[in-house]
Amino acid sequence: MLSFLLNNKLIEISPQQADLTVLEYLREQQKLTGTKEGCASGDCGACTVVLAERKQTHIQNNQANAEQLHYRPVNSCITFMSALQGKQLITVEHLAANKDLHPVQQSMVDHHGSQCGFCTPGFIMSMFALYHDDNTVDRETVNHALSGNLCRCTGYRPIIDATLHACTNRQPDQFDQQAAQVIKQLKNIKSQDNAQQNLLTPLDRNGLREAINRHPQAPLFAGSTDLALQVTQQLRSHSTLISLSQVKELRQLEVHEKGLLLGAALPFSDIEQPLLAYFPALEELFTRFASYPIRNQATLGGNVANASPIGDMPPVLLALNATINLDDGVNRRSVAAKDFFLDYRSTAMQAGEWIEAIYIPFAAELSQLRAYKISKRMEDDISAVCAVFNIELNKGLVANISCGFGGVAATPVSIELNNILVGKPWSAASTFELAIALISESFSPIDDVRATKAYRQEMLVNLWRRFWLETNSQQHAISTRVVQVNQGQQGVSHA
Amino acid sequence: MRKLIEPAVNTPSAFGVAGKSQAHESASRQVSGSARYVDDMPEPVSLLHAAVGLSQVTSGIITELDLSEVKNSQGVIDVITVDDVPGHIDIGPVFKGDPLFAHQEILYHGQVLFAVLAISTTFARQAALKAKVKIESREPCLSAEQARAQNNFVRPMHKMQHGDFAASYATSPLQAEGELIIGGQEHLYLEGQVSLAIPEEDDRVLVYTSSQHPSEVQKLIAEVLDVKLHKVVVDMRRMGGGFGGKETQAAQWACIAALLAKRNKVAVKLRLPRMQDMQATGKRHPFENRYKVGFDQQGLIQATQMDINGICGHSPDLSDAIVDRAMFHCDNGYYLGDCTVEGYRCRTNHVSHTAYRGFGGPQGMIMAEAMMDKIARKIGSDPLTVRLRNLYGEQSRNMTHYGMKIEHNLLPEIMDKLAHSADYWRRRAELEKFNASSPIIKKGLALTPVKFGISFTAKHLNQAGALLHVYTDGSMQINHGGTEMGQGLHTKIGQIVANEFGVPSDWIEVTSTRTDKVPNTSPTAASSGTDLNGKAAQNACIIIKQRLAEFYANLCAAQAQDVSFVEQRVHCNEHSINFVELIQQAYIARVSLSTTGFYKTPKIHYDRGIGKGRPFFYFAYGASCSEVSIDTLSGEYKVERVDILHDVGTSLNPAIDIGQIEGGFVQGMGWLTSEELLWDQSGKLTSNNAATYKIPAIGDIPEQFNVELFPRANAEDSIYHSKAVGEPPFMLANSVWCALKDAISSIANYKIDPALPVPATPEKVYWAVCEAQRFAAQEQPS
Repeated sequence: MLSFLLNNKLIEISPQQADLTVLEYLREQQKLTGTKEGCASGDCGACTVVLAERKQTHIQNNQANAEQLHYRPVNSCITFMSALQGKQLITVEHLAANKDLHPVQQSMVDHHGSQCGFCTPGFIMSMFALYHDDNTVDRETVNHALSGNLCRCTGYRPIIDATLHACTNRQPDQFDQQAAQVIKQLKNIKSQDNAQQNLLTPLDRNGLREAINRHPQAPLFAGSTDLALQVTQQLRSHSTLISLSQVKELRQLEVHEKGLLLGAALPFSDIEQPLLAYFPALEELFTRFASYPIRNQATLGGNVANASPIGDMPPVLLALNATINLDDGVNRRSVAAKDFFLDYRSTAMQAGEWIEAIYIPFAAELSQLRAYKISKRMEDDISAVCAVFNIELNKGLVANISCGFGGVAATPVSIELNNILVGKPWSAASTFELAIALISESFSPIDDVRATKAYRQEMLVNLWRRFWLETNSQQHAISTRVVQVNQGQQGVSHA
Repeated sequence: MRKLIEPAVNTPSAFGVAGKSQAHESASRQVSGSARYVDDMPEPVSLLHAAVGLSQVTSGIITELDLSEVKNSQGVIDVITVDDVPGHIDIGPVFKGDPLFAHQEILYHGQVLFAVLAISTTFARQAALKAKVKIESREPCLSAEQARAQNNFVRPMHKMQHGDFAASYATSPLQAEGELIIGGQEHLYLEGQVSLAIPEEDDRVLVYTSSQHPSEVQKLIAEVLDVKLHKVVVDMRRMGGGFGGKETQAAQWACIAALLAKRNKVAVKLRLPRMQDMQATGKRHPFENRYKVGFDQQGLIQATQMDINGICGHSPDLSDAIVDRAMFHCDNGYYLGDCTVEGYRCRTNHVSHTAYRGFGGPQGMIMAEAMMDKIARKIGSDPLTVRLRNLYGEQSRNMTHYGMKIEHNLLPEIMDKLAHSADYWRRRAELEKFNASSPIIKKGLALTPVKFGISFTAKHLNQAGALLHVYTDGSMQINHGGTEMGQGLHTKIGQIVANEFGVPSDWIEVTSTRTDKVPNTSPTAASSGTDLNGKAAQNACIIIKQRLAEFYANLCAAQAQDVSFVEQRVHCNEHSINFVELIQQAYIARVSLSTTGFYKTPKIHYDRGIGKGRPFFYFAYGASCSEVSIDTLSGEYKVERVDILHDVGTSLNPAIDIGQIEGGFVQGMGWLTSEELLWDQSGKLTSNNAATYKIPAIGDIPEQFNVELFPRANAEDSIYHSKAVGEPPFMLANSVWCALKDAISSIANYKIDPALPVPATPEKVYWAVCEAQRFAAQEQPS
């Protein structure tokens, strides 16, 4: 049984189909057709809905604060029903109070932000979530908040204006007024493991182990942003699915003395703050990782477990010497990121194992980290090449250097640079040149829809050059980027 | 006796609403999710769902099509192939060549082989994957070069000529030539292709479809079903985007749905999943064009030769007119001197490429801009100087290569104003300083014009009809032949009618486009929606107003011409009456309150035999100035600032017009930058979803984006002297492409005009940067 609020109505259902998407549920079963299907692959945002959940308390905070609702936009087309458990699912039909449009809706009308109108409900929902975000709203935050919504008609300018207007003139809306009531209703919903159902939602590692034992062929998923594509794009059916999202061991988030422990089933949005606080140089890569609604669903564990050669986090984990913590419900073990990715979409995980968490050691104090992504489009695109470098200097000499690459081989991949670079003066062009041959010859990129082999090959060297330019104090005056990026100098940052 | 509604006291709504920035008529419904698209219609009880099976081979002969597993698949009700079509198999819109289902031959990868009807969309789509198809493959033709070599064309070559190119070229002081590979473009309307067919009594069928051309859908369904046109009604309320992709290519899905509905006597919905939509429907034509240009030391053009090659795909579809429009627009705003333009319609084994905003115009116009850059680098002048110098003249140098004299040319004034407001020359100087001190990041700047011809080049399409009903409470329904795809056509039509009668615009309901209300309509295309249908609607208003005026003048013992309709009242000399009261009195007095309206565009003609005429009623003008930064290490770039000054005549609705300008510009920018269509060597589309085909996202638009309307009434008698705005702004994006080239050229000290194919993805920019760096290294060996 899944229990959630659909707008203001309590729903308790056991989906007949484990792989039913929230979009199908809304359009076909509830006849709520305001939410649209544009691509059914999480790329256009026409299907965006908002999930309101009781705000979780985070790291270094044992005291539960007064509860609030946290509103997250997600792509309903690639979200399975289990994601709704214990949450309020808000659709575009629910925003207006009687005949009065919600402020984000009215602003969209006033600023002429809809033309054909098909993307509009999705934009409205992303705007609504931003309306309820506590942070200051400016052009950049609007861009991030709407990064998962495509519009083919307007050219976005009126949508940006509409969002800025509504979100910088915020008044309490009916959702604020009803928040306490909704929190109460959500609190009354008890978590269930649904062990007897076809969509299993185990609550801890024992439950997960039992679920896997009972259904050894059932796919495991957390955010479903990858698995759902098999259903919507390849038309595959999965009669049984096991959700990792409620397994409590997979939801831990701890700051250790020497590193960060990130639960595998936490959506990227939940690890954003600690990750960027300790690794501000990852901000650009992080905000260019898919889109905001996808990051509300997708998990670090999923990005690692899928072992796609074009995933953006594995190169980071390689460059930062992270470890992957595996569990099978009986034994836990850790595998270094560099030993984890074996072959195309193949990993060191054994049958019956899952990723519990990822441990990222803090970088040495004076090290410099850069994470670069090359793609056709800045936002919501997949890397043609991803390159991450981390260097530690001692009196101007290379003390330690590590790296990770995506899009250039069958797996995310790293190479050993210390052998040739340690002890060399970093500011010398000769040091930079020493590694060129190794970097350009170690990989086997291919031609595909994102880039040619030749371009990828050249980018490997040029991103190495960019890294050398940016981390060399004498070269600081040189501008190297066409986008504003946080170079990691300012400490804690928020996207 | 009927009781009439009490006339309301004056409502506070706006009067005289034409020219005001009124919100889109559906805006409130769009933002609240209650605006219905075809897939959102309440479903008829008997509804079943269809899916299509596509060819996985690019070219060949079908030797076996075994559909037994499809038929036996879960939930399947019916499976049809070409053998089940009772009437016409060919649904080619103008010329033959588009079979509804593959007929013996496979012509492109993604061609529809059969259709399945099942109890759910998922069952239908899953079943469609189970066909066993044997195809004897043939070597496909996949490039313009191959098609030219094989003399393989969907339509004959067409030629336009002005003067003697060869003689003038030979005597030109300077000469240059160039070629450009121009990619196509996927429409990526957010709402994919969809149709819902409902069988009615006997042979009759009602079809809801997302189409820009309901009358053509009606005709093709009738032909496929082998019934007369009057048995078929097509209803079209709104599209979730069209952009040309639903002009001809919405018909196939409507025909299949109607055929399944008729066979099975159930309502049928066919909605393409995005990937199939991208594989099975045509795109903007890719082109491969070449030019030769002769000019003097000032860069003034003496002679031009253009070789225009449209890659049309397997069938003519609209390619004849599209390649024509590319030819008509390869001058953009410039006098080409003695000139020959040849246009080839290359037949390839691709999906049949089709209409897309600009309709070949962009692929022609960009050649003119490519020539300007080339000339500028040759003579060492700023490209803007060369552009201004070559604009069509007032007294001389004012004849196009198709024999139409340019009158009312606004470009000199628009470009001058924009150069001033965008501060072009100061920024040019600053940018050169920046580039000199920045080894990795380079900036580029360009200001380019747009001159776009308005009218269908097929003369008979330049007509429109409207149907106006005035009800006894003063409210009205206006129906017209145009379709609403987001462009605000219905809003403008509503404003026109409200303006004519002097009533609030919420008294006017623009109803869904229906073939049983206004027949024999033209597609909503060629930017002509408002020009044609606005005039037809106005014509209907004038007819009713004349009847009312005669009626009221008679009461006042005056003449009809003394009557005026202002702010919900009707005046006649010293008399005045509430509008609704007059309507009710007219009804009681048996004055007809319903009429049709009609319009046909004057002045236009074109003789295809000699390639001469006046194909366009008028031109819409504009100019844009773009500044970009490029990263020479990666080819990544950012559009930093864009200034636009665009001519819409007297704006009917400034907010909607600016929306068209901004939206068109960004769509054009996508075509020129990130939107890359790729087919593999076998002819299969590999950029076949929104994950691999990247339209501009919110962060791609310029930080500074200044758009202004050029305030000048249309010199021609268009509706309220406004100008068409749908397509022209698309080509304002040419300045982005030229600015990228400008930035790359800076690496070689502006001595070369870098070869930069369209779309200029970061990778393409990077390779052009490498070329410029090689040139610079040879020039100055260090």
